[in-house]
Amino acid sequence: MAKVKIPPILRKLSGGVKESEVEGATIGEVLDSLDRKYPTIKNQLLTQDGEIARFVNLYLNDEDVRFLQGLTTPVSATDTVVILPAMSGGAL
Amino acid sequence: MGQTFNTLLKKVKSEIQELTPAEADKFLGENRPARLLDVREKIEFDEGYIPGATHVPRGHLEARIEETVPDKSTPIVLYCAGGVRSAFAAQTLELMGYTSVFSMSGGYGGWKSYGGAVVKPRTLTAAQQARYSRHLLVPEVGEQGQLKLLDTKILLIGAGGLGAPNAYYLAAAGVGTLGIIDNDVVEESNLQRQIIHTVERVGQYKADSAAKAIQALNPDVTVVVYKERLTASNIERILPQYDLVVDGTDNFETRYLVNDFAVKYRKPVIHASILSFNGQLTTLIPYEGPCYRCIYPDPPPAALAPNCSEAGVLGVLPGVIGLLQSNEALKLALGIGTSLAGRFLLFDALEAEFTELKLRRDPHCVACGEHADLDDLLEQHRRGDVLIPACQIAYTQH
Repeated sequence: MAKVKIPPILRKLSGGVKESEVEGATIGEVLDSLDRKYPTIKNQLLTQDGEIARFVNLYLNDEDVRFLQGLTTPVSATDTVVILPAMSGGAL
Repeated sequence: MGQTFNTLLKKVKSEIQELTPAEADKFLGENRPARLLDVREKIEFDEGYIPGATHVPRGHLEARIEETVPDKSTPIVLYCAGGVRSAFAAQTLELMGYTSVFSMSGGYGGWKSYGGAVVKPRTLTAAQQARYSRHLLVPEVGEQGQLKLLDTKILLIGAGGLGAPNAYYLAAAGVGTLGIIDNDVVEESNLQRQIIHTVERVGQYKADSAAKAIQALNPDVTVVVYKERLTASNIERILPQYDLVVDGTDNFETRYLVNDFAVKYRKPVIHASILSFNGQLTTLIPYEGPCYRCIYPDPPPAALAPNCSEAGVLGVLPGVIGLLQSNEALKLALGIGTSLAGRFLLFDALEAEFTELKLRRDPHCVACGEHADLDDLLEQHRRGDVLIPACQIAYTQH
C-alpha cells in the first residue's frame, strides 16, 4: 500500500490524520481509495472534469506527477504520494 | 655562518625567474590561465593593486597558495612593492613544487612607472571590519563579499511572521538596503512570533516598527519604508529598484502579482509560506528555474485558502522558514552555494522533518512559458482582472 501525505488544509476531511496508507496501482486509484476512506477529499483535488486542479500538486515521491503521467502514473507499494495545495500564509 | 640580506637576495634572484613590468603585462595578456598574485600587506593592497591580482600576503603565502592556485603547473606572476618580497615568495613557491613562477622586478612601484593599469579597491571601514569580522573570516564571504552585501538591495514584502526574521538577520548581515512594504499596524497578537516588533510599538505601522529595530541593530542599513499595500499600480515603482525579493506576504493576490512582475523584471523571489506547523519554501529565479505559476498555475478557491488570522501558526515556524529564506537571499547576493531553485523544501515542525520535492519549469506557463504573453498578463493585473479569491476561512465540503 502506498503512503499518502495529507496537507494540513485537508486534515479536517481526514479527521486530523496526516498520513494514510491506501491501495492503488496509479495516482488516480490512490485518490479513489483515499476518497473512500475520507469522503469528498478527491473533490478538493480534482476539477469537475476529473483533472488535477491547477492549485494542487501531487508528487510521487519527489516528482510532480504532472511531469510523469498525471493520474495514470503507476504507483508501487513503497511509494509516497504527497498532496500539496498552494499555501499563501506568510505575514500570519 | 649566515648570509647577509644582500647576499641572500642576490642568491635568490639568481635562482628564480624575473619579468619586468612590461614583460609581465605581455605574459599575463598572452597566458590566459596565468595568475597574478599580490603578496604585499593588506594596508598596501588597499591603497591600490593591479587589476586581476589576487591578494595573498607574503606571511600567509605557504598556507594559502594551494587553495588559491591548486594546479601547480599554473603560471604565476608575483609582485610586491619593489620586487624583494616577491622574489623570496617565488623561491618558496618553487620549493613547494610550482613549476612556472615569476617575480615582477620593480614591483607595484615599477608597474606604475611603466604605466600599467591599477585599481583602488573599495574597503570596509574599521568599524565595519569589526562588525562583520565573522563574515570576513569565512572565505566564501570575505571583504569583497561583505562589500557586495552592503551594495545589495532586498525588498521584503510583509513585515510580519516571515518578514520579521528576514529583516532582522539580513540587516545584521549588512545587506545595505532593505525595502519593507507593509500597510498593517503592530498588534499585540503579532508579538508571539513577529520578533522585530515590541510592546511599545503596538499600534505603529509594522514597516516603521521594523525600520526602528533595524536602525538600532545596524546603522549601515538603509531602510526604505512603504506603508502601503503592494498593487499593480505601485509595484513597478518599487520592484525594479531591488536586486531580489523576499516574499512573506499572506495572500495569493500579492503572490501572483509579485511573481508576474518579478518575471518581467527578472528579479529572483525567495518564496515561502507557512501554516500551523508546516512551512514550505523555494527560490524562484525567472527563466532559470520555475516561477510560482509553473508550480501553481492558478490560486485555490477561497475554501482551500485559509490565510488570515484564524489559521494560526506555531510561533517559531516563521522564524525557521524565514531564516531559510534569509539563507537563500544571502547566497544569491553573494553568488555562492546552491540555491533552492527547482526544489521545494517542506518543513513539518511537529515531526521535525524536512522533505524536498523537485520543481520544474512549465513550458506552458502563462508567465514564463514558451508562448507566454507576459505583457497581457501584467495588463490584466493593472485592470484588476486577475481574480483571486479574497481571504475567507469558511471551509466548505462539497
